[in-house]
Amino acid sequence: MSTVTNEQVEARVVEALASFGPDPSQITRDATFEELDIDSLDLVELAQIVEDEYGVVLKGEDMKELKTVGDAVDLIVSRA
Amino acid sequence: MAESPPARPGAALVTGASRGIGAAIARGLAADGWPVGVNYRSGRDGAGAVVAEIERDGGRAIALPGDVTDPVVPDQLFERLESHFELPVQVLVNNAGVSADNLSPSLTDEEWATVLDTNLTAAFRLTRRALKPMLKQRAGRIVNISSVVGLRANPGQSNYAAAKAGLISFTKTVAVEVARRGITVNAVAPGWIETDMTAEVSKDLLAAVPARRAGTPEDVAACVRFLVSDQAGYVTGAVLTVDGGLAA
Repeated sequence: MSTVTNEQVEARVVEALASFGPDPSQITRDATFEELDIDSLDLVELAQIVEDEYGVVLKGEDMKELKTVGDAVDLIVSRA
Repeated sequence: MAESPPARPGAALVTGASRGIGAAIARGLAADGWPVGVNYRSGRDGAGAVVAEIERDGGRAIALPGDVTDPVVPDQLFERLESHFELPVQVLVNNAGVSADNLSPSLTDEEWATVLDTNLTAAFRLTRRALKPMLKQRAGRIVNISSVVGLRANPGQSNYAAAKAGLISFTKTVAVEVARRGITVNAVAPGWIETDMTAEVSKDLLAAVPARRAGTPEDVAACVRFLVSDQAGYVTGAVLTVDGGLAA
């Protein structure tokens, strides 16, 4: 049932993260959430967006493992 | 004729609003222009009367049945309220409460659980549900109706006190978690308020109230209306006592 592409998810994740403050140009796959000043509440919100749009449920323990933007994109794509 | 209140970008949900303090809060928020969901568990007629009164005064309201201790109910209430007014819920007032008084040596497991479920756990679930749209909108107001008993001992109410004190700590913690998203979370701690819930209690206790009188549901509603207002945007994690000085 996976109909979303890696690129689509990445674009959506970047858009969501940009809405939390960092400059879009800084949001690369290798950028860490720490560098981007993305905090735990931002990640909760990202999880909500992902759940609403892709039906992928990310729990607290999933989010704790994520260090970079790429980690998040890969996890979402693997479950979508 | 009074000036009409501004159109609101969201709706307000008040739990346990078929009578007493909840009904006064629902009427007050409606008077301030909020479309209001009047939640009730068993007070269907009361909730209907509150809605009728609000509509008569030019406001908008819908009666929403549902036992807030049922884990599936928060979703149902939010979905019904949001689809009815086609607006996101921007105000949540956790007011539904029950008491089951007994001195601690005699307090039953059921009395403990019922009071904790309704007064504390339900407020958590509703708050969790409310925060989803509020975080997205970067706006929201949550007001938890605690009690002066959560601040000051009252023999025979250890379950109620634990729940209401828990609600205060819950309020403060959530307030800090979401403050940077423009969402405020506050508690109101009523003292002796004349309602059905306090009708049974001895009037002798009024001697302990510095103001020497009971409060009214409208006294509590006024505090909630303030905390929900734009003017209170910098007030969060606060506990506003409305108790005639009882807890001072």
